[in-house]
Amino acid sequence: MTLKTEPITVNIGPQHPSTHGVFRLRVAFDGEVIQDVEPVFGYLHRGSEKLAEERTYTQVVTLTDRLDYVAPMTSNQAYVLAVERLMGIEAPERGQYIRVMMAELMRIASHLMMIGFFLQDMGAFGTPLMYTFREREDILDLFEMVCGARITVTYMRVGGVQADLPPEFTPALERFLAKIPGQIDDLEQLLSGNEILIARTKNVGLLSAEAAINGSVTGPALRASGVDWDLRKSDPYEIYDQLEFDVPIGENGDNYDRFVLRLEEMRQSVRIVRQCKEQMPGGPHRLELPMLLRPPAGDAYGRVEAPKGELGFYLVSDGSIAPYRCAIRSPSFINLTVLRDMLIGWKLADMVTIFGSLDVNMGEVDR
Amino acid sequence: MTRRYPADDLAGKIRTRFPDAVADTAPAELYLERDRLRDVCEFLRDDEALDFRALVALNAVDYVDYFEVVYRLVSYRHNHATVLKVRVYERDEPSVPSVTSVWKGAELQEREVYDLMGVGFEGHPNLKRVFLWEGFEGHPLRRDFLLQRP
Repeated sequence: MTLKTEPITVNIGPQHPSTHGVFRLRVAFDGEVIQDVEPVFGYLHRGSEKLAEERTYTQVVTLTDRLDYVAPMTSNQAYVLAVERLMGIEAPERGQYIRVMMAELMRIASHLMMIGFFLQDMGAFGTPLMYTFREREDILDLFEMVCGARITVTYMRVGGVQADLPPEFTPALERFLAKIPGQIDDLEQLLSGNEILIARTKNVGLLSAEAAINGSVTGPALRASGVDWDLRKSDPYEIYDQLEFDVPIGENGDNYDRFVLRLEEMRQSVRIVRQCKEQMPGGPHRLELPMLLRPPAGDAYGRVEAPKGELGFYLVSDGSIAPYRCAIRSPSFINLTVLRDMLIGWKLADMVTIFGSLDVNMGEVDR
Repeated sequence: MTRRYPADDLAGKIRTRFPDAVADTAPAELYLERDRLRDVCEFLRDDEALDFRALVALNAVDYVDYFEVVYRLVSYRHNHATVLKVRVYERDEPSVPSVTSVWKGAELQEREVYDLMGVGFEGHPNLKRVFLWEGFEGHPLRRDFLLQRP
């Protein structure tokens, strides 16, 4: 007797804990093995690019907070850099140092979230996530100190930052810097040698360097595949060329590399924050600019190495007070191009970890 | 620092292979003829000295008289970059050739441009809306699409 078999299509999401937001996958399974994947986007589409066209250049900063809500500082930074490039100005040195410091704190917070949720997806339910949340909370407290908000910071401005560092900030930062390296070590010790973790990540979800480059993948996912490309080193912006840090590179491009690489990047970010604190120059934190900015007609592209990859803003100005066009190059969205190829042939349980290892944020995917 | 590949040099290299492909040059960018776009992109990717193997960003701008599609290319090996622009003067059904066969990274980005700006891509394997739903009328990022206040 022969049993008749046929592939079954399963709908996963948009409301599903492992999709980290509202993401939907239509997956065709042969038994437990993935045959085909179709990602469905748009559940969080708010039309940020259109909304930007009817706001002034300063008001658009508030929209960028709401793109990647796990890393609002770097979104701020990419946008203000694009406007500054459009206007041909540069923030004063102190402003740049503060911005880089905030961006690196943000990177630590974002990677902590990725690690916490990645482990949660693999069944380490609750505990690691609570640890990473605890560490992230310290960073959000620092943000609250400088700008009054934890998530929707809107801290960076064209020409600098909104306010100078308050006097209580530096002692709080020192307390944070004293304990975070130990906490990162704890996380690594707790998990990196774990047999279950290694079985579920080593050689799972392979992404070759060739496929990553051709698929426009950027950020940790690209570096885990062995491509040495970090905008902070390859095309330094702000004051990154005055700082010492290393760019960790992976070898195999599997889940494990993408996970461990982020642990290492957090350590490098701690180094950068420490240097910023020590080298912090005096002087103004912000340029004196008019309330309504009118950049000259033209276009400019500003980009930063955000925690998820290259985040860029392509701005076109017609000389008025609002951007004529504000196009966002979203790393989360573009990194998903390779998702289908990465998933086919793996099992349902691996799908969750492979997707988690890419670390996408749906606010930034759908915009 | 990522070096901006000089546009004149690049235009010269392209013209030796495809004499009619370059429409215009600006200091930092190239304007290409839409019909030769895919050939030129393939050449830019495969040439050893150019090595533009990554399409970093693909955006479109509506200038009312024409649409401009902007391609940002990077070579990770040589650390240089360039910008290509293609102008489309049609408004009802504008389209440019798809570059998905050259860079897979164009796949979702072209779908996004099609969805929000309404510029089609000939030869795209799966060209349909990505953020908005099928049946949505119009393309919101066009300048003549006005936001409605409640």
